Amino acid sequence: MNSLILRTTGRAILPLALLFSIYVLFRGHNEPGGGFIGGLIAAAGLAVYALPRGRSALVRLIRVWPKALIGGGLALGLLSGLPALLLNSPYLTHQWTFPGGLAVGTALVFDVGVYLTVVGAVLTFLLPYLEE
Amino acid sequence: MMRANLLLALPVLCPLAGVALSLLAWRWPLVQRGVSLAASFGLLLSAIALVGAVHDGTVLATQFGAWQAPFGISFVGDMLSAAMVLIAGLMAVAVGIYGLAGDASAREYAFYHPLYQGLLLGVTGAFLTGDIFNLYVWFEVMLISSFGLLALGGTKAQLDAGVKYVTLNLVVTTQFLIAVALLYGATGTLNMADLALVLPTVENQGLVTTLALLFLVAFGAKAAVFPLFFWLPAAYHTASAPVVAIFAALLTKVGVYAILRTFTLMFDGDTGVTAPIVGAIAAATMITGVLGAAAHFDIRRILSFHIISQIGYMLLGIAVATPLAVGGAILYVIHHIVVKANLFLVAGVIHRAGGSYHLKEIGGLYRGLPLLGVLFAIPALSLAGLPPLSGFWAKFGVIKASLDAGHIALAVTGLAVGLLTLYSMLKIWNEAFWKAAPERSVAAERRWLGEPGTRVLMLVPISALATITLAIGFWAEPFVDYSLRAGAQLLDKSAYIDAVFPPETAGGARIQESVP
Repeated sequence: MNSLILRTTGRAILPLALLFSIYVLFRGHNEPGGGFIGGLIAAAGLAVYALPRGRSALVRLIRVWPKALIGGGLALGLLSGLPALLLNSPYLTHQWTFPGGLAVGTALVFDVGVYLTVVGAVLTFLLPYLEE
Repeated sequence: MMRANLLLALPVLCPLAGVALSLLAWRWPLVQRGVSLAASFGLLLSAIALVGAVHDGTVLATQFGAWQAPFGISFVGDMLSAAMVLIAGLMAVAVGIYGLAGDASAREYAFYHPLYQGLLLGVTGAFLTGDIFNLYVWFEVMLISSFGLLALGGTKAQLDAGVKYVTLNLVVTTQFLIAVALLYGATGTLNMADLALVLPTVENQGLVTTLALLFLVAFGAKAAVFPLFFWLPAAYHTASAPVVAIFAALLTKVGVYAILRTFTLMFDGDTGVTAPIVGAIAAATMITGVLGAAAHFDIRRILSFHIISQIGYMLLGIAVATPLAVGGAILYVIHHIVVKANLFLVAGVIHRAGGSYHLKEIGGLYRGLPLLGVLFAIPALSLAGLPPLSGFWAKFGVIKASLDAGHIALAVTGLAVGLLTLYSMLKIWNEAFWKAAPERSVAAERRWLGEPGTRVLMLVPISALATITLAIGFWAEPFVDYSLRAGAQLLDKSAYIDAVFPPETAGGARIQESVP
């Protein structure tokens, strides 16, 4: 699927999609969004980039194998629940601090984990269908 | 509640860490092996700790994310679920060690370890969850992992089996989801302890009975009961020995566990309708399974049909539903997991030594491998229920309970099926070990597995499982005692409900006005 139009738009869409996906990821806690939908948006941008360029271009771009992304995402999700266990509350009870009024919590780690898992899963399904 | 939070999370976190880390290391098979085995050992150890905490009858509960029941997801560990998690951990380690022996490089490159740990994750989650929708989610985790494991080899037979397996299981899982939706519509809650309180107050008890039957169909298909068993013999005989062993040990038992749990906790009201149906299904399952086993000559098919027939005994205990019957059913589940996984592992060794799974093509194994013959005989005779092996005590429990409760026909069926089981086990013994090897088969002595290291990796788990079978047989008292107390705990559900809704917070956490 080596079309000039797809090739050019892919290069333009990819950074926009990644930026937008991160925006959606961060607004996720109290507004619509979050790791899952953010991951899908990022994966869609990567797919448009990769379709005309093939498998090796995608692997060069993301530098890690998608399966490792799934593993890393799951590991982050797992880790985000552990502080709760150390603090003697049920697993996945998210911990928050508010430095300067900004809410920072382990829920964000969980969401980033979901984001990576979704990107990795979509790309794992996509890879075998990409041309070399 | 420190103990509960940690003890109930660890059996799920260990396999989850196994999935995550083995995916991270997916290009290094050796690291994957280490991670996967470590996760299995972690699961076993955390399960031992869990059993240690609940064996005196306490029920532990934790609310993930500190969202109180019935809104959040409760995890509950009582004697039954702790025992199931323990046995799953034991199988994870035994089959994990055995799996190291195979020629696995191709298999491991393609997701074997993440899927294996994913299967364990789904199984332990299903055993521990206290929320019926969450149970559906764990079923789904288990189903997806098992489909991946089944299709790993990528041969035509495997894909054919996989399609059958997935199609029926997806249809049934969808039906399970619909039943969950209807249950939510009828009661407004999905927390199992809450349902135990709410279901008796539902005005339309006919609807509750209908829901019970819908759940029976959903879990029954998972447990491979008559007439929904056909996916099992169609699928199991195509997978590799460790995969089919872990399937045989755990997949159907999750269905049995779900039936045990829901029909003692939630649907114990109108048993006048459901109990005879469960009893009839139990009898039909025992008979069809054993007849299928008697008819076949492929070792894995015989063993697959025996899973079905043995599920019938467990269902028999659930149908009779006296304390002795439920305790007997629990002992049966525990005994059967060990025995059945072991038989499939032995079948894998027979395949290596004889070159085939088909009884007509192998023979004479006893001359070269007398030890293997003994290691086969222990689980085989235990499966048939010969005293003093573990199967005898399990069968004795359920059949004595059915006699006591006046279900003579069911008890007689159970005894007759036991004889037929013995027949088909003797058939494997005679054909594979005793009769002379057919001309065209490779001589057993020479085929036997090259390196000593491989031999140890295969024989250690088999011997360990055989030892457990012998231990349950000769030293039955603690096992029987544990099962009976677990059964009594199931029938008296107040401890379970109190664990999920601690009395001091009751009324605060539980919202009774949500009941329509």
